Amino acid sequence: MGMTAAEKIIAAHAGKDIVKPGELVKAKVDLILGNDITAPVAIREFNKIGIDKVFDPDRVVLVPDHFTPNKDIASAEQVKMMKEFALKQGITNYFEVGRMGIEHALLPEAGLVLPGEIIIGADSHTCTYGALGALATGIGSTDMAAAMALGETWFKVPSSIKFVYRGELNEWVSGKDLILYTIGQIGVDGALYQSMEFTGPVIRSLSMDSRLSMCNMAIEAGAKAGIIEPDEITYAYLEGRAQREYRGMFSDGDAVYAQEIEFNVGEIEPQVAFPHLPENTRGISEVGEIPLDQVVIGSCTNGRLEDLRVAAGLLKNKKVHPRVRLIIIPGTQKIYQEAMKEGLMDIFIEAEAAVSTPTCGPCLGGHMGVLAKGERSLATTNRNFVGRMGHPESEVYLCNPAVAAASAVTGKISAPEEVL
Amino acid sequence: MTQLKGKAWKFGDDVDTDVIIPARYLSTSDPDELAKYCMVDADPQFFNKISSGDIMVARKNFGCGSSREHAPLSIKYAGISCVIADSFARIFYRNAINIGLPILESPEAAESISQGDLILVDLEKGLIKNETKGEKYYSAPFPEFMQEIISAGGLISYVKKQRSVNS
Repeated sequence: MGMTAAEKIIAAHAGKDIVKPGELVKAKVDLILGNDITAPVAIREFNKIGIDKVFDPDRVVLVPDHFTPNKDIASAEQVKMMKEFALKQGITNYFEVGRMGIEHALLPEAGLVLPGEIIIGADSHTCTYGALGALATGIGSTDMAAAMALGETWFKVPSSIKFVYRGELNEWVSGKDLILYTIGQIGVDGALYQSMEFTGPVIRSLSMDSRLSMCNMAIEAGAKAGIIEPDEITYAYLEGRAQREYRGMFSDGDAVYAQEIEFNVGEIEPQVAFPHLPENTRGISEVGEIPLDQVVIGSCTNGRLEDLRVAAGLLKNKKVHPRVRLIIIPGTQKIYQEAMKEGLMDIFIEAEAAVSTPTCGPCLGGHMGVLAKGERSLATTNRNFVGRMGHPESEVYLCNPAVAAASAVTGKISAPEEVL
Repeated sequence: MTQLKGKAWKFGDDVDTDVIIPARYLSTSDPDELAKYCMVDADPQFFNKISSGDIMVARKNFGCGSSREHAPLSIKYAGISCVIADSFARIFYRNAINIGLPILESPEAAESISQGDLILVDLEKGLIKNETKGEKYYSAPFPEFMQEIISAGGLISYVKKQRSVNS
């Protein structure tokens, strides 16, 4: 019996020929990630273990990106603790503000996450790296602490669901829409404890930026991981970036799946997730009249160059609606710089958007775009839980960058065609 | 292992980590501080209303969302002795085991228990007794591997113990 790519990756790291769903195994990890919220708790737990050094200072990545640039004294103290730990441990991949980016935009860009690897991160959206054919999953701080000490952790081998996407993509439909639509179909626990394998001709032609935003939201269906097998697009992306040797893993033709689901993407229009769950999705034509106070384009889901280009294309020679704040956050310094070179920043500023240095801030109601009571935001982020972006009586709607940009102009949730 | 006893606090489907502990309280990692804001957006008085040993009961996908371990920490340090639900989100499940917060999957218990019922839990047997309704429910016991982590007092003590055995 064959194995899925996810099973093969776990088997290879557990020193086994075969693993089966449900099996508990110990496996080596290639990279461990923490941020300014989760790493301080992990460092405290690591210090309790009673060893001096992390298993490999080149394999631990620390990115202060959630409350940074530090929003207050308490968050500054957390980042200071992280920085001191990084310096003491000689951690090579500590990214200070100024060279920092949103972790899940930064790590792929820096070639730190590769096909066939196991990556664990104390951040739920670590599953983003599945876009590069890695088995990448979110863990908590205590797991991070133990893994920093041992270089390994335990896994329950997940069963897999295969999602096959066929047909012709409609205009303005991106990876973000495919994943929102998929979550809308299967629900926020539709892939609980499982791995979501995205495949089919549509995925094969999807850009890396779009793939990253799809895998990013696998956790929003409860999945342990999202995974796309490497192909020419992956290899082209990794060219000149990959920091280590790698070997991609592929699902066998006779691999066993818990379920196979096929979508004809021709039936999918740009999606909007209504409050307060990412599964509450509707096609843009069924949204109705939803006036907005704020629009956010950014985050580990959609703060990449492709996203900024799409937004700029729609904002060019237009102004943001008078009652709306538009906040645009490039995912990394490099994306920021590229966007400047391409003239996208001029377009944003002329449209009267606020542009920020990379930060996760608004996505989790941290800073740089916190909502007041009763306010409503449309965002390219990944979660719209109660109080996610601020006051518990505020609302968050999720969408792709094109819908976000168009809506910032009209002042209400709108299809991109409305501003062309 | 100990018997747990307490009053049930009932919640619904998909209780997410932003509800358990909103991000605006995450600029600290002090568990006693986090405990004060446990479930604050669902019920601002939750921390003041519960008694030590009380039990949280919810429906499907409890703990979905963020990897923040602050969520199970805030529940544990608020004095909740265990969480019973139809199902748990994966990272929350792991985090709870790792910090030694007992959690039980039992769709039957999660459906039948009402707000305020007096609940007794025997973790070793996976037995949940509803004293108020005179009912019994069962939950699958933890796999052996996890029992070792729990009986060691959480993952860090387990790793410490393993390291001293290996060296």
